[in-house]
Amino acid sequence: MVAHAEIRVVHLGGSKINFREPVITNDSRFLLCASGESVKVYSSSSEECVHDLQGHTDLVSGIVRNPSNHLQVYSCSADGTVRLWDFTDGILIKTFIIGYPIYSIYVSENHGGVVFVVVPMANDKSSELFQLVAVHLPLSGDQEVEARELSAVLCDVSPSGAASFGRKGEYIAAVKGLQLEVFFFKNQKSHRFFLKPGNKKGAKNAFTCVSCHPKEDCIATGHEDGKIRLWRNFNQKKEYTYSTLHWHHGAVNTLQFTPEGTNLLSGGIESVLVQWHYTQENQKDFLPRLGGAITHIAVSPDGSLFCTSHSDNKITIIQSCVKVSAIIQGLVKGEGVRTDLTIDPRSKALVLNGKPGHLQFYSLHRDKLLYNLDIVQQEYIHEEGLDQFEVVKAAFDTRGDWLATVEERTQKGSELEINLKLWAYDEQTQSFMLNTTVTAPHEDQIIAMCFSPSPEITMLVTISFDGHFKAWLLADHSDTKEGASWSCDFVGGYHHLKPGCCCFSADGSLLAVGFQEVVTVWSPSWELLTTLSQPPGAIRELCFGRLSCSKYLLGTSTKNQLCCWNLLTCSLEWSTPVDVSLLQADPLSENMAAFCSQSGCSDLFVFKPGEPRPLYSQKALCTGKVQRAVFAPRDQMLESCEEHAQWLNRSQLYFLTQHMDLMTFSTKTEEDRLLASSKLLMVDDSVAVTPFYLLLGKHRQQQEALTNPMAERIQLPQGSIAIKELLYTPAHVLPSASFLCSMFVRSLLISSSSASEEKEPVEEEMESEEEDSEGEAELRDARQDLGGSAAWGPGEELGAPALTKAQERELRRVKHFDHSWLSSVLEC
Amino acid sequence: MGEFKVHRVRFFDYMPTAIRAMAFNAHTERLALARMDGSVEIFNFTDHYFQEKVIPGKDSRSTESLCWVGGRLFSAGLNGEITEYDLENLRPKYSLEAYGGPIWTIISNTQGTQLAIGCEDGTVKLFEVLEEHIQFERNLDRQKGRIISLSWHPSGTHIAAGMMDMIRVFDVPTGHAVQRLLVDRGFGGSKSQETVVWSVAFLSDHTVVSGDSAGKVQVWDGHTGTLVKTHLVTKWDVLALSVSKDESSVVAGTSEGTVIQFQFIAPTLHQQQDKEWVRTRTFKNHTHDVRALAEIETAIVSGGMDTHLVVRPLLEKFDEKSHASGLRKIHFPHVSTEMAEITLVSNCLKKAGLLLFQFPGQLELWRLGDSDGHGKPGDRLPLKRKPEKLLLLKRKGEDHICCSALSSCGGWLAYSTVSCVRIYRLQTDNNNISITKVSKLPKALRSAHQLCFSSDSSKMFAASSQSSVLVIALTQSECKYVHTLKPKSGSRQPIHLMTTSVDGKWLAAANSDCEIRVYNLQKLKLHCIVPVYGSCPSAMGIHPTTNNMTVVHADQQLFEYSIVEKQYTDWSRKLQKQGLHNVWLDRDTPVTHVTFNPKNPNQVVLHDMHMFCIIDQSLPLPDQKTQFYNQMTLRSLSEQERPSHLHAFKICKTFQVSLLFLASLLDDQSLVVVERPLLAITSQLPAPVRQKKFAT
Repeated sequence: MVAHAEIRVVHLGGSKINFREPVITNDSRFLLCASGESVKVYSSSSEECVHDLQGHTDLVSGIVRNPSNHLQVYSCSADGTVRLWDFTDGILIKTFIIGYPIYSIYVSENHGGVVFVVVPMANDKSSELFQLVAVHLPLSGDQEVEARELSAVLCDVSPSGAASFGRKGEYIAAVKGLQLEVFFFKNQKSHRFFLKPGNKKGAKNAFTCVSCHPKEDCIATGHEDGKIRLWRNFNQKKEYTYSTLHWHHGAVNTLQFTPEGTNLLSGGIESVLVQWHYTQENQKDFLPRLGGAITHIAVSPDGSLFCTSHSDNKITIIQSCVKVSAIIQGLVKGEGVRTDLTIDPRSKALVLNGKPGHLQFYSLHRDKLLYNLDIVQQEYIHEEGLDQFEVVKAAFDTRGDWLATVEERTQKGSELEINLKLWAYDEQTQSFMLNTTVTAPHEDQIIAMCFSPSPEITMLVTISFDGHFKAWLLADHSDTKEGASWSCDFVGGYHHLKPGCCCFSADGSLLAVGFQEVVTVWSPSWELLTTLSQPPGAIRELCFGRLSCSKYLLGTSTKNQLCCWNLLTCSLEWSTPVDVSLLQADPLSENMAAFCSQSGCSDLFVFKPGEPRPLYSQKALCTGKVQRAVFAPRDQMLESCEEHAQWLNRSQLYFLTQHMDLMTFSTKTEEDRLLASSKLLMVDDSVAVTPFYLLLGKHRQQQEALTNPMAERIQLPQGSIAIKELLYTPAHVLPSASFLCSMFVRSLLISSSSASEEKEPVEEEMESEEEDSEGEAELRDARQDLGGSAAWGPGEELGAPALTKAQERELRRVKHFDHSWLSSVLEC
Repeated sequence: MGEFKVHRVRFFDYMPTAIRAMAFNAHTERLALARMDGSVEIFNFTDHYFQEKVIPGKDSRSTESLCWVGGRLFSAGLNGEITEYDLENLRPKYSLEAYGGPIWTIISNTQGTQLAIGCEDGTVKLFEVLEEHIQFERNLDRQKGRIISLSWHPSGTHIAAGMMDMIRVFDVPTGHAVQRLLVDRGFGGSKSQETVVWSVAFLSDHTVVSGDSAGKVQVWDGHTGTLVKTHLVTKWDVLALSVSKDESSVVAGTSEGTVIQFQFIAPTLHQQQDKEWVRTRTFKNHTHDVRALAEIETAIVSGGMDTHLVVRPLLEKFDEKSHASGLRKIHFPHVSTEMAEITLVSNCLKKAGLLLFQFPGQLELWRLGDSDGHGKPGDRLPLKRKPEKLLLLKRKGEDHICCSALSSCGGWLAYSTVSCVRIYRLQTDNNNISITKVSKLPKALRSAHQLCFSSDSSKMFAASSQSSVLVIALTQSECKYVHTLKPKSGSRQPIHLMTTSVDGKWLAAANSDCEIRVYNLQKLKLHCIVPVYGSCPSAMGIHPTTNNMTVVHADQQLFEYSIVEKQYTDWSRKLQKQGLHNVWLDRDTPVTHVTFNPKNPNQVVLHDMHMFCIIDQSLPLPDQKTQFYNQMTLRSLSEQERPSHLHAFKICKTFQVSLLFLASLLDDQSLVVVERPLLAITSQLPAPVRQKKFAT
């Protein structure tokens, strides 16, 4: 049913939202930020993601408002395109192909039809030098336009956010290193100002950021030593002058003038937003305790809203510099993910260590942080060089009733402190409650731990560098008041060798522990059943096969071996010489994913343990070693019949690259589905879209439909997609009125199919399901028609009837989607 | 090097006094600077900031404000007197009681016809400047409260006066106050304290700029009396303001030791209307109050409690990096003829090196310590005998000592104030010292700018008014006036350097007009005039054997002049032809002493405030490419390689953290260095205002 299902590696969920400066729309209702390969539109009041503007094929590296239309934004990306979006409807209006990777974008309302982008100096991507070029956007009706008319403005600029347009766009100021360069467009002359490196007295004079006053000729620059300089008279070579403001003790990360120029905002590592009163620089206001180093500041065009991006992947929305009104939190990735990526079986959320001392639960489907669980339960003190407790391990049992965490603290010159904590899920509070704390469970660091998947017994196995593995059992003390708690049941070892990994078989009947070169297999009654070994090389990872392949045990060794043992015969089934850095089993299928690092790149192989033939392989996945990976179950199964994409049907594989980017694989089918569902979330202008609203609104609609058949009749034309199209599509993308007329008249007729559909939702669902098979293929080209005609298609008369038909089908599909989504919400 | 035994004399506890007021004469480019002890110094800014003249202070005189009228210098102080100075004779010309209580400020109008003073009793008094005198003209309307600061509008019609809590603008022709500008008090605890308007500036567009004790610099419209802009610059006081000549910039000095610049800048680049005063740069060169400020064409000059005079060049006024564009900190007075700290060594007494220290109020005679130790280069030798203070001579009268001298035999001691000269006979036998004042002095000897004894101690020379030199014959019983060496024509400027030759035949005297005259002492007449060089001589000395005179000028040029042949020596010509090394020319402080090595006639010993230098005339001169400060390099070279790297200037920079007052060679190849560590001076300053420092 799908023509081709190409698999792409994408940033989907958990991307950096603090990568570039966010943009607040003119009416302050939306906040746009670059998030991986898409642009996210958040509602500034409800923090909810309203749209996900997808289309770029590489990291989005900048967003700016279209100065000539306040309902549009430009975005640029490393894929070499600049795209123009309608963010209220989430429509891609135009794509300008520049052809070079773009690192930032700047616009000015005084330079109509021109965008300024930062591209590498030489043609290749590896170049370290960047230049600012002006791109004349051609006025063409096509969706995709090549914009090759480039003219260099400034050479040698910094790739990100270090340029600013001055008053009325007369000049642009850019900083890099110790140089401030101001380019005047009128006489095409640039002035350069240099500062001394100033190593004396710890003064580091290097520029970090720049912002130009919107009404006066004054340039504010931030410096590494925390100073802010205000430059004036900079059109003179010698008579220029500057004044210095100093509050920050670390580098000034970002500077922004408010739209009227009355205030200057600055932020840095102190996580304090400082508001300087322009011309009254002694008076400054502070908004402290924002929770993380400020990396960007954006101001709404009317000056009422500020938003600050923070280094912990967070955007804070601030109302008139006094009140934090909303916080949009992305996935927190600190210096390293010490805990593995795990999936909470209950909420299906991705779990990893986030804030210091916390575990974060991040919903990948909704791309939203659910909550943080405080593991360490100690006050975190921000101080350099202070050793704190860190969460280093986390594991869930199969039902998600128990969570085990390990925290440790290494202090220089003193003993290692380890705590093993076991958390029980409390149905009442809907969160994990601390059940047992085991101080010093092992004498050395805990390397790995896993719960037994067996349904009869609740058991945890931890292995440690001290040469032992321990089994912990939930002992029921029903006689005392305390209830169940955990205690150590068994301590095992093997010839004083250090264990490296452990794994339970899918039914919990076998435990495999790797002791250097030897794999030991234990029964639940702690009998050593067998040992397996395939020297040379210590065992790095172990993994049991699942479902039909549960008789196999997979192991990887340090000497580039991937072995598969048959547990029934206790013999080696097959082995291949690959350097597997990470082995991950899909809990919902037999499939296994192996990441191999080879010559600075990582490759992926997906295979079934039964046969040494990869189902799917992708070379050069990303540069560097893949750090962590996890199979996340899909909330809805994908129906892809394409053979090499089938492994992605039940679950999705997420992995963390060297640069801490969370990446995943997406198939064409999935992308289509996403595109379709993004259409669904048409914004009702009156109310902010929240899940609560959607839930209530849907309920109300259904109730009304059931109780009042008259109301339903009146509602029908309103619900018509054609009218909706007419009313909600921005005027500039609508086809001509003559074209719309017939469509509109037709829509006023009461369609019998849509009426019955409303009345009998059960029937509708069946119908849609059986229609789905043929429907989706048609849907594709129908949408293409829609897109073409909506944008530039007054000539296509033929499309009119087909259009409504396709749309009706889509509407039906949409309804189908909606219900399923709703049910999932209700389940939660 | 092991060449010399060095006496590092550190018991000279000289303490300079704080700078109180400053006035710059743009016409002659002279800066007058008043210190707390009442002394006034004149710096010549065209000649490498050379300190030309010093007018010694007086106990009862305290200068609050200085003012130039043409070439005439006036001062006013809290003793209620206006004083005009005689710059040729380096003394006050006359003082006039103003009858208004202590005077806080004195200014003149741009035409130079009138003076205005602000008095404690609230009056602004106008004085008419006459040819030889000033005369009281009238009072402006008397106000309640003292007048702290005054500024005259360039047109001469209005005067702005800073008072307590307010500024008044007076109309000069009628004498009425036309505006009353109320100045806000500080915040918090200082709310109950009156705000003192320490300084006002009246600009030609009728803008009044004020600096007050609440730390504000305020800009007022003088027509309407409205506040235009307030810049809160410090938590402490703004003490001084100065306006540049083109009125595009104002600098303010604060108690924190910062100097803050305000510039008159248009908010947009290409249109020049609607300019406003914007705070721009901050200079921090002082640790204490900046009490005096002057913004001149190319630099900001500031001085205050920490006694430094700082010249901060404005780099944008220079076309290229040059000598003048470097920051210059004139730490302390540096001319040897200067009143405060002349020191002399009596180097003829080989057994007992005597040192005379001169302070404004007393003279101290010390005997150097002795050591018989032998050590490696760089070693500290143990002292056999500690240095000993032999004599402390307090001056009589209110006037401060302006010069003093000790004869080379150690038998005569003389000092002079602006009003009298005193000569003493010293007798030392073993450890007893007796002093007798020579009672009968010739009438002609009333005061001297310089004193100097001939090498055989038979004559004393006193530089007197109009560049004349009095010759006094000294015998056991009396002293007798012999002759006045008077230039027939030319300058009337005071003599600031005087030196005699060892053979007693020659006397050289230099005055502030850069003239150096050489007199023949046997014939008692002028021998010759050294060709006048454009820069003032800062030190000179006559060679003991060749009678060649070495002269160093304020611009660091070095000449050697043969007195006998009346021409420059070959070495001097060679040096001038090749040119001095740039590193030498770029030094900040002028050479203050020239002496000679009695053992090696080729060696000339020079020093300035921070280094001393031995010029060996037998060695090749350095060219621009050679490394100038080469002592460290030489030390690392082997004996064989060393000669090829030698050049004539051997410089010792060990004394960079202290001030060097004297470096002189004794006969026994020991070097006497009188130094004063900078740290010792700064530690004696009062505590600076408390400032919150980050992370403390």
